[in-house]
This record gives sequence, structure tokens and C-alpha cells, in this order.
Amino acid sequence: MNLEANNISFSYTKKKPILKDISLSLKNNEIIGLIGDSGSGKSTLCKILSGHISNYSGEVTIDNQKIPDKNFYPVQLIFQHPEKTMNPKWKMEKVLSESWTPTQELKDTFGLKDTWLTRWPNELSGGELQRFSILRALNPKTKFIIADEISTMLDAVTQVQIWEALINHCKANNIGILAVSHDEELLEVICDEIIHFNKINNI
Amino acid sequence: MTKLLEVNNLSISFTQYVQGLNRHDSKVITDLTIDVNENEIVAVLGSSGSGKSLLAHSILGILPYNSHVTGEIKYKGEVLTQELKEKLRGKEICLIPQSVNFLDPLMKVSQQAIGECEDDKEREEKKIRQREVFSKYGLDESVDDLYPFELSGGMARKVLLSTALLGDPNLLIADEPTPGLDKQSVEETISDIKNLKEQDKGVLLITHEINVALKTADRIAVFYSGHVIEINTAENFKDADNVLHPYTKALINSLPRNGFKLTEGVQPLDDVIGCPYYENCPVRMDKCEKNKPKLINHNGVMIRCFNYEEVNDES
Repeated sequence: MNLEANNISFSYTKKKPILKDISLSLKNNEIIGLIGDSGSGKSTLCKILSGHISNYSGEVTIDNQKIPDKNFYPVQLIFQHPEKTMNPKWKMEKVLSESWTPTQELKDTFGLKDTWLTRWPNELSGGELQRFSILRALNPKTKFIIADEISTMLDAVTQVQIWEALINHCKANNIGILAVSHDEELLEVICDEIIHFNKINNI
Repeated sequence: MTKLLEVNNLSISFTQYVQGLNRHDSKVITDLTIDVNENEIVAVLGSSGSGKSLLAHSILGILPYNSHVTGEIKYKGEVLTQELKEKLRGKEICLIPQSVNFLDPLMKVSQQAIGECEDDKEREEKKIRQREVFSKYGLDESVDDLYPFELSGGMARKVLLSTALLGDPNLLIADEPTPGLDKQSVEETISDIKNLKEQDKGVLLITHEINVALKTADRIAVFYSGHVIEINTAENFKDADNVLHPYTKALINSLPRNGFKLTEGVQPLDDVIGCPYYENCPVRMDKCEKNKPKLINHNGVMIRCFNYEEVNDES
């Protein structure tokens, strides 16, 4: 399976385009790292790939097919700040089951404790919430994960735990990962290939 | 060397209503002791959610009303009362806040950086200085007139940084100034923080990025579940063998360049009776479960672990 972005262009204001003619390809058995300056449009590209922005020009395809915007979207985005992606008035159990019900085994791999399920989002730390948002994105229908700075806010120990679990799961289930980060050292360890954003953005 | 900031046995807890009129006290910082000298950068290193930002907020007196603080904070030997905090903050003590949500969404960013002015002359001077600081961080003139929602995460952080540096503080509290910034801006931030030190000022750098702490700080305090578990020199942090606490060792070994080694376990959610690292500790003893070790001086290194207390007792 192959996720492809062809000649993506996008601008927030009429004056200044932010993405121009970006093309990118990601196979479902690989992990690609994306590195670039802050404010250069990496997160915008992530949102386009995962269907959060739709008024762009160019096309995003899986195996040369347009992705239907009905039903479950097979490209899932995980954000940097998990606390901003959860309903503060839902308990964690509801937050997680909104997407699917993971097996106990998978919960254990991600170090998710049962006692956390009855808590509100503001009662858990960033590292704990991020485990939920990753697991939530790993619905069986997910084919690609876009990880936008998912470990930037976490300490080094948690960073390893989260990446280990995510990579093992994705390798076993043929899910491709696009890992966006500023941390080149991290990307060198986890990725098969690193792309520099400036080189693919033709601005 | 004068002690710029002294924090002794600081504890912070929050009272929350859980259901109806039932109240619940949750302790977030327990027995925190740390000091910053002039001409020194001290980093506080800990994972997100461990209560680091609250330390900054308590120094500046901007904790929410339901918080309860015990212990003592001194600035230049003088106990910081709420009144004194309000007088000093923004002038002698400046904060780089962690979250980009601290920006006013309805105000153009250049105006926020300039802040309050008494007259037009002061405003013009500050405007020039604001332009200088902004361009140093690569924010061009078009950024001046933008509102916070139009900025990217990294740009917003640069605005926060510039705002604090415009105040020309004696003590800078930098609460996570670097995440989400590209390499060049991180270097820029690091060199600015170091510059402050050269000018005999003190910096309390709160971060979870060990690389940033290593590059800037003289001493590093490791924070775990609301406790300071070790304060060691930055030099010793380069090698896992030179630090004492098992969690500190795990932290260093888990860096991508040191092998990306996996350590299991998560921080306890609530305050525990015994050692906060008991559940995950590879060298735990029976007494660690029920007794809390104190922060002690072991050959110049501050450490909270019974393994080192025993060595001290014997010698």
C-alpha cells in the first residue's frame, strides 16, 4: 500500500503561499522522518495528508485511488499536544472508545493503566494522554499514521516507551508512519529515511 | 557569589471539588529545595506533568486561587511575599511562559511584546528595541501586525521569548522555552540564555529536553513526580555512570544518541508514602516502599535515595 501526495499547494492567505508543489510518497511498511524549520508548513502538510484540510490543490491518494471522505479516514494524525485533542468533559474511557476498543494486550503494550480510564483529561500528564491519543489512532482501519511531533513534550524515558510501542505495532500490522520532528537524532534512530521539508517544498 | 533565588521545602497542593461538595487535595510538588546564584544557570529537568511549571508560577505569584503553598521562597535573601512578587515580576524577575496560550488572542503580537508604556517616548524606544529582538529571531516586520492565531507554534514561542527579554530581568525563569523550535532557533535561545549569565544574571531553566539543559546549565535538578530526586553538575550528566539516582541513569540512557534504551514504568499519579520511584526502581529496598528518603548531600551532589543515605551513615 502506498500513500501518495502529488503536487500539493496550499495557502492560508492570498498573499503568501505556504506549500507549493509538494510531492511525497510513503509505503505502509516504512517509517519516514520529516524535518524542517518551525513555521515552514510541516503541520499544514500533515493536516492535508490526514484529511483535516480539504481546500488544497493537488491530490492525496492511496494506491492511486482518491481517499473517500466518508467512513473512517485511513490516514490518522497524532498531534503534539494531546490535551488539545480531547473533550475535557469526557472521561478517558469515552475518549478512547470514541474510535475503537483496543484489546487488553494492546493497552498493556502502551502502558495504559486501568485506573486512568476513570479520570478526566486534566488529571493526567502529557505523557499519559499521549498514550491514549496514539492508541485511539490505531483503529484497525488505520493504514497510515502521521506523527506530528508526538514526543516533543515528553521526557526521554517516555519518548522511548511510546516510540517502541508504536513502531512495534505498526511493523506488525503494516502501518506506515510519517514522523515529523525537529530532533534529528531521534529521527535517525527510528526512521528508514529522512526528508528535509525545505527540499520538497518548492517555495 | 550571592544567592539570587532560594526555594526551601516548597510544597504545592490543589483543592478540587470532585463530586458535589466533596473536596480533594492533590499534592503536586513535595518538599522542593533549589537555589540559583548570580552568574549561574540552573536547569530543572522533569517530564511533563511533574509539576515543573508550578514552581515558576509560585515564584511569580500567579498560581490559581485553589492552590495551597507551604515553604519559603527568597529573592536576594528577602522572603518573597505576594506584594513583593507583584512588584518585581516583569521587571527584576521575568518569565517565559510554557504555553503559547499565554498570548492575548485579541492583541497584535508586537503590542504584547512592548507592553505597558507611560508615554509616547517610551513607546517609541521600546518599539525600536522590540524590532531588534524580533529580527534577531528571524521574525520580520510582517509578523508585528499578526495576531497570535496566525503564528505557527515556533513563531509564537519566539514572541514569548522576545517579550521576556525586552524586560531586561535579573532573574529569568524560562519555562520550556525550546520545544517545537527548529535547530537554529534553539541555538539562538541557548546563546541568549547564556548571555544573560555572562551579565551576572541568574536563570532558572525549566525543561524536559536534556540536550538543552546540558548545553546551557551549570547545575541540573531532576524532578520526578513532584520531588527533586537529584541535583548534580551538568558535567556529570554527560555519562550515566556519573549520576547517582536510578531514574537519572535511565533518563540518560534513553537518549537517542545513547542507545534509545527502553525503561518500563510510569510516574505515580498521586503522592505516595514511600519513594516516588519505588514502583520502577531496579535497586529498591524494602524500606523504600513505606519511607520517603530525604534530599541529602552526598559528596556535593544532592540526592534523594536510601542507597546513598546508607553509605553516608557508615562513613
